[in-house]
Amino acid sequence: MSVICTSFPPIIRVGAHSLMKPMYSSYRRIHGWNSVINTSQARSFVALAASPRSSSHATNRNSRSVHTNARLQPAYPGHIPLTPFETGVLAVGSALMSLIDTRRADMVAACGETTAGPTLVKLRDTMLESPEGRRILKEMPRINSQTLDWEKLRSLSENTFGRAYVRWLDACKVTPDSREPVHYIDDPELAYVMQRYRETHDLYHALFGFKVSALPELALKAFEFTNLGFPMTALSLGASIRLKSPQRARLWGEFIPWAARCGSHARCLLTVYWEERWGQDLDEMKKEFGVWDPPAGLTIPRASRIDFP
Amino acid sequence: MQATRSIRLPRKLSVCRLIHNHHILRSSDPAGRTTSFGFRTVPEESKESLVKGVFDSVASKYDLMNDASSLGVHRLWKDSFVDTLKPGRKGPLRCIDVAGGTGDIALRILDHARENYADRETTVDIVDINAQMLKEGFMRFKKTMYHNTPQVSFHEANAQELTASQFKNDSYDLYTIAFGIRNCTSIPAVLSEAYRVLKPGATFACLEFSKVNNPLLSTLYDQYSFTVIPLLGTILAGDRNSYQYLVESIRKFPSQPDFAQMIRDAGFSTGGDFDGGAWTELWGGIASIHTGVKI
Repeated sequence: MSVICTSFPPIIRVGAHSLMKPMYSSYRRIHGWNSVINTSQARSFVALAASPRSSSHATNRNSRSVHTNARLQPAYPGHIPLTPFETGVLAVGSALMSLIDTRRADMVAACGETTAGPTLVKLRDTMLESPEGRRILKEMPRINSQTLDWEKLRSLSENTFGRAYVRWLDACKVTPDSREPVHYIDDPELAYVMQRYRETHDLYHALFGFKVSALPELALKAFEFTNLGFPMTALSLGASIRLKSPQRARLWGEFIPWAARCGSHARCLLTVYWEERWGQDLDEMKKEFGVWDPPAGLTIPRASRIDFP
Repeated sequence: MQATRSIRLPRKLSVCRLIHNHHILRSSDPAGRTTSFGFRTVPEESKESLVKGVFDSVASKYDLMNDASSLGVHRLWKDSFVDTLKPGRKGPLRCIDVAGGTGDIALRILDHARENYADRETTVDIVDINAQMLKEGFMRFKKTMYHNTPQVSFHEANAQELTASQFKNDSYDLYTIAFGIRNCTSIPAVLSEAYRVLKPGATFACLEFSKVNNPLLSTLYDQYSFTVIPLLGTILAGDRNSYQYLVESIRKFPSQPDFAQMIRDAGFSTGGDFDGGAWTELWGGIASIHTGVKI
């Protein structure tokens, strides 16, 4: 079974479940529950679930919610257990909705989760096979504006990965906080793997310097498909029908071949413990992972290697 | 790691009645009055703001979600509702449509009076506690011929406490509330305010989701409500929780005879306690029209 389970005694695991009643029917958005989750410093889903804080938002602990259908209990905060039929409906619906309204990041996330299937198990096992990946699964680090040390990142020298990440965030005007939490994965450890993928997606942007508009996002999704294997990343290439034809031609002619070669050649990027590598030189990092720069045109300008006084 | 499976509960009908009776007992408990918010129990004071949160969130996609989740049938119900009332048949009416934010009923009332009886003097005051919903209604009315006429007006007010200066006693000929009363914290308060503002001889009419008594239909309806509707909310509106609340609040609403009794307790006179008397069931009891007359 998973590494995490064995590190918790059974009593806490059972207690954690009883503390987590009825998560998905409570109004976390109204009570700002999601902000509680994001501020945790490197805490695992299971640890959060076991903490007394997880029941503090229930307005009346003495009454249990009664549902007309007996569903599986939520396994972690934010978990919404779905039956197979519902998962199918959501997979199709979220895929269509992401195509119709490409700005619906929550639908892209839902599509990824409902279509993941055995991919997450395979990725978790790949992580377990590498020492760095094992450390990630044990410590379950999170990436959001609370866990990042902004001063330290900005003070790093110019060609380091950490500095490149902050430069990319500034150039594209995004924050690491905009990621939808995982809802539809039943196993907490696999849910963490999914959450890690979502949070490190921005780091892949920074690694290559990809901007955040449609074409670079699709190029990056193609890379993720060959590197990680999520079906949703392949499905998202279907959104290329919404691009104009010259852009579509560029995507399929230049960037997808790059992504296919680069992604399959590189090591699985989910096994990278990015938080230990902020100070690593960017070019050396790319050589270590086995990736190379994409064709020009979709990336933010590289920083000058000359440090002006 | 296996998540624990919850204990299978007895079938919906008996459980719901248990909850309903429990709810009635609870709300008369003086120390810490509580009420239901879907299947949760919350302090009375907080229900209003929780419901406000729900409707602020659903307002912009409200009509789309109504069409998607009822497959358009809500339009038939609302048409039935207004056709039963026949506004304008006996002359122009002063109507008040409470919890009528997006204006579905108000528009139907005005159209019915105009098309069937050539009545352009009937007025409707649309009242809603939620400003976002009123805004949607105002925008919808802007596309009609009633915009900027005295026939329609919009008011932000609480159905349980309509300001006495603005909503005077004995001033309305028709009080309608469609799919709104189950969101109110105290149904008796709404009913007594309705009694206050209606003229003697005037009609109280309520369209609301109700109990389905046919077990087969009820099973299918439950499956649909708890499976498809929250998913539609997630996909179309990006908001599962509000639609989960909405389907749960339907289950917590009193049954048809109980609600008819509450209407009588407020002072109205109703028909008998059977389908066709105090209430008319639509689509097997999925929705019902309750009517009462102020003597």
